[in-house]
Amino acid sequence: MIPQSPVLVVVIPLIFAFLTLLFGWFRRSFCYPITLVALSLSFFASLHTLHIVITTGTIHYYLGSWKPPWGIEYVVDYLNAFVLVIVSFVSLMVAIYSKRSVEQELPEKIVYFYCIFLLQVTGFLGIVITGDLFNLYVFLEIASLAGYALIAVGEDGAPFASFNYVIFGTIGACFYLLGVGYLYIVTGSLNIADLSQILPNLYHSKVVLVAFAFFLVGVSIKMALFPLHVWLPDAYTYAPSTVSALLAPLMTKVGAYVMIRVMFTVFKPYFSIELIPATTILGWMAAAAILFGAILALAQIDLKRMLTYILVSEVGYITLGVALANRNGLTGAILHILNDAFMMLALFLVVGAIMYRSGKREISQLRYLHRKMPFTMAVFVIAALSVIGIPPTCGFFSKWYLILGAIDANKWIFVAVLLVSSLLNVILFFRCIENAYLEPVAEHSSVGSELAITREESPLSMLIPTLIAGAGIMSFGVLSGKIISTIIQFALPAGF
Amino acid sequence: MFNFIVSNYNYWIYIVLMMIGFYAMIGKRNLVKKIIGMNLFQTAIILFFISTAAKKGGTLPIIEHGHGHGAHAIQAAAYINPLPHVLMLTAIVVMVSTLGVALAIVIAIYKRHHTLEENEILWQQK
Repeated sequence: MIPQSPVLVVVIPLIFAFLTLLFGWFRRSFCYPITLVALSLSFFASLHTLHIVITTGTIHYYLGSWKPPWGIEYVVDYLNAFVLVIVSFVSLMVAIYSKRSVEQELPEKIVYFYCIFLLQVTGFLGIVITGDLFNLYVFLEIASLAGYALIAVGEDGAPFASFNYVIFGTIGACFYLLGVGYLYIVTGSLNIADLSQILPNLYHSKVVLVAFAFFLVGVSIKMALFPLHVWLPDAYTYAPSTVSALLAPLMTKVGAYVMIRVMFTVFKPYFSIELIPATTILGWMAAAAILFGAILALAQIDLKRMLTYILVSEVGYITLGVALANRNGLTGAILHILNDAFMMLALFLVVGAIMYRSGKREISQLRYLHRKMPFTMAVFVIAALSVIGIPPTCGFFSKWYLILGAIDANKWIFVAVLLVSSLLNVILFFRCIENAYLEPVAEHSSVGSELAITREESPLSMLIPTLIAGAGIMSFGVLSGKIISTIIQFALPAGF
Repeated sequence: MFNFIVSNYNYWIYIVLMMIGFYAMIGKRNLVKKIIGMNLFQTAIILFFISTAAKKGGTLPIIEHGHGHGAHAIQAAAYINPLPHVLMLTAIVVMVSTLGVALAIVIAIYKRHHTLEENEILWQQK
């Protein structure tokens, strides 16, 4: 009996996407529960998949029983299963959160919103689970197209930001497709496992080099690595808050996953590290991303926009871990996929909640928020500490592994970059925390100002996912040793 | 050199078309021109894939008398490669939907800004 859960992970949100449309015609209020059911089922299927992978090893699922390399196959190993669980859990949290926020921001478009929301999640899950390069391209485009549409319904600047994203995203996807084409010319195969066996004999062919370059540039655009990040800040700032909370944690992480897959599974580590200087170039780009992301974030007065630049810098961390290409560095990178997904989830959920309650999101307007929304702001502080990298939170541990990796690789300059970026993050977040928590002295004396502030905590459906994200950040920090020893050490690509 | 260019003219055309499209996407100021460039870029990739499938003297990849009569050996060299065509069918679907989404977004932009020139929109946003 072949386990069916790998295919269910993808098929459930896909089918439910169309069911939401169908039921949405009868009654709009059906959409939200249907989305929740779909994503919970998908989450349980991915948990089951992870369980099977841990107990019996890698799963190969042949769609329609067509054997690879002719048929499309879903391959789930530790790395896949780990990212699958993250993606399905984060999207479930965002779905729970979405109810009130969507009702406020997009009252007429609820039905279509949930339909595209589910398609978006289908795209992410498909990218992660598939074992076929062309199938990956199709899922990449499903995810991107859904993303363009979701971003475009946002506030005033959103359509134009989304248009820029369309142009950049299409270039990225087309480069990826060209890479697939070049590899197909020389190998005649599209299956990842098959390719990794055929390719080593062809490593000196120029076609393979060109294919590798196309892959890297295409994926870098999709994951917004530093010089190619220009579409990201506008798109994620103007998008509806639910959409930012879905895309910001996931799109970049899924891109990072594809990068790890291409560099270390399709091509062997020997090719990416020793034969061509890909990791060196990536390392410098990542260092630039970390620093410039943080520096550009310093210049922002809009909280959400500042977070998007922090996201650019976080993408740099993951890429740096990949580029260090040793055991500790990659452990840090894969652990950071989990940690950063939760950090960004928490931060964007908090910004969405602040927007929902007050309609403001400039850093200078955060005043008294700790009394209006104590729980939400507590989660903000936890996430901020985690981005800075302070021990019991999870951000510390991935940064720790990254620094260990940089020391192992004898790249002291990267150690310096990591430490400097921590300092920059301290400045960034303490600016917000100061504005929110510390009250100006002058207003203290004026009578009555304290009474005017009433508690306006965000509604429960928004508060619970935010609290779960905050609890996740704390508990993954405490449990990081366990996560590494049960999952991540097996998720490292062969050869590390 | 001249022979090298002429004998692979389909690949050269693909590169030229792709670069024209690329230039239009990056360099043009009008949003619809950018979309035309995007389409050109994608069509060039279709040309590239289809070129790789072609063979001199190859015929349609349909085996006569179908299923049960497959006892005789099949000369793969006599048939053009069907797989790139199939891939491009999927890619065409993707490209059509990208075009649709892009045009819909352009309509939304026009409704808000009443122009399709990039610099005028940027000026309005300031």
